[in-house]
Amino acid sequence: MEKQILAILSKDARTSPEKIAVMLDKTEQEVIEAIDKLEQRGVIRGYRTIIDWEKAGREQVNALIDVRVSPSRGVGFDDVARRIYKFGEVKSVYLVSGEYDLRVVVEGKTMHEVAFFVAEKLATLEGVLSTRTSFLLKTYKEDGVVYGEKEVDDRLPVS
Amino acid sequence: MSTPPSGIRKFFDIVASVKDVISLGVGEPDYDTPWRVSEACIYSLERGETHYTSNYGTIELREAVAEYLQQREGLIYNPKNQILITVGVSEGLDLALRAILNPGDEVIVPEPSYVSYKPCISFAGGVPVPVPSYMDAEFAVDPNAIAEAVSDKTKAILLSYPTNPTGAVASRETLQQIVNIACKHDLYLISDEIYDRLTYEGKHTCVPTLDGAYERTILLNGFSKAYAMTGWRVGYACGHPEIIEAMMKVHQYTMMCASTMAQVAAREAIKHCWDESEEMIEDYSRRRRIIVKGLNEAGLKCLNPKGAFYVFPSISDTGLSSEEFSERLLFEEKVAAVPGNAFGDSGEGHIRCCYATSIDKLEEAVERIARFVRKI
Repeated sequence: MEKQILAILSKDARTSPEKIAVMLDKTEQEVIEAIDKLEQRGVIRGYRTIIDWEKAGREQVNALIDVRVSPSRGVGFDDVARRIYKFGEVKSVYLVSGEYDLRVVVEGKTMHEVAFFVAEKLATLEGVLSTRTSFLLKTYKEDGVVYGEKEVDDRLPVS
Repeated sequence: MSTPPSGIRKFFDIVASVKDVISLGVGEPDYDTPWRVSEACIYSLERGETHYTSNYGTIELREAVAEYLQQREGLIYNPKNQILITVGVSEGLDLALRAILNPGDEVIVPEPSYVSYKPCISFAGGVPVPVPSYMDAEFAVDPNAIAEAVSDKTKAILLSYPTNPTGAVASRETLQQIVNIACKHDLYLISDEIYDRLTYEGKHTCVPTLDGAYERTILLNGFSKAYAMTGWRVGYACGHPEIIEAMMKVHQYTMMCASTMAQVAAREAIKHCWDESEEMIEDYSRRRRIIVKGLNEAGLKCLNPKGAFYVFPSISDTGLSSEEFSERLLFEEKVAAVPGNAFGDSGEGHIRCCYATSIDKLEEAVERIARFVRKI
């Protein structure tokens, strides 16, 4: 049942326990309890809304920043990663394979603000060897959702 | 000329005249074909794979079908001479009937069932012998009724579980009894299993896996429902080499081969899209429960079907005929559902609702149906 609940909520977090109960042939109480458990175990980390901020009219700049670091003994990359993810401007941090070690997503109001953050805060961190910043120009698809596309049902109405 | 146009077609023309309809009348998935399938097809076009294939279909696709059936059902079919790629199950059915029927041969068809069966039997010179099934028995056909319908002219029994329009599945025991009847009277079995993957409770029973069935069964299946590929028109037929060869001959002279690009796409689907398919199926199952609950609450008695993506609620308490109900529902509440009599006389008193539609729309449709039922 947990797998099914997660599948439903991952598509639409607003699906009510009542509706999920019908879909899975369980009682509402069973569903509520299962969701509680998933939350307590930290499987469900939260519920967010996917927003096309550009459409919402909010000025916003996102940048992908690749960071090369020298790992420190004992803590590996974790220590530097922690120093980076503590900043509120940082939306995501990933440890990645390849030329760079960390991939950081930074959000700011203006390009200047983001550039400043990188130069002042990120690049100067101990252990950071170099950075490469790419500004995000357009979002086509985010977390499985395609932006700007409306679903049309073009099936024959009766077949 | 005497064959009437499909009841679905007739209703389609009416629905097309009304605007802003929520349609529960569709007979196909609302998902798009998985992109990797379409992409494989596009790539094949770029490489210039645009020529005829073998009459049997590409050996690559036949091998993929053979491998799939072995993995899923433990069935062994030789891809060289026991599998024929067809233009959907529709063509496979036509070929099977034309291959085995002589004029006047009878084919037993459980009803309610898909609209094409009876006309196709007639086109092939045969005589359809419908055997009704009822809601009380969850629309699974009674083997005794089949046994009674056998005459000295009977040539074949045409099965289709899970069933369009009822969503019924037949138990392994029931199907074995039917196979036994076929063995006793030396009949062919034609099994249209296009909805096999859409089985929600219990495991699907593939007819040729039953005792005594393999040699006499023509298994028909395709890609439309499991992989959301209705418009590609690809299916396959499996059976005894002699029957497949006879079917291939008709196919050779009438169709040549299934569309080459669609065969490429189908191979991609059957080899790589099991996960996508599973996800769609789980999703259908959830929507099924939503519509079943909604229709029962609306006052239409509705079973919880175990397969396909249709429910077939009873509307007989309303006092209306299937056609009256469907037409009034369409004009008064703008919801399209196919009148049950389109699927045979035993479908009268029912409507077919397809739930391969978004949950929001399903809920809205159910609300409208409830309002309509209260009003009658």
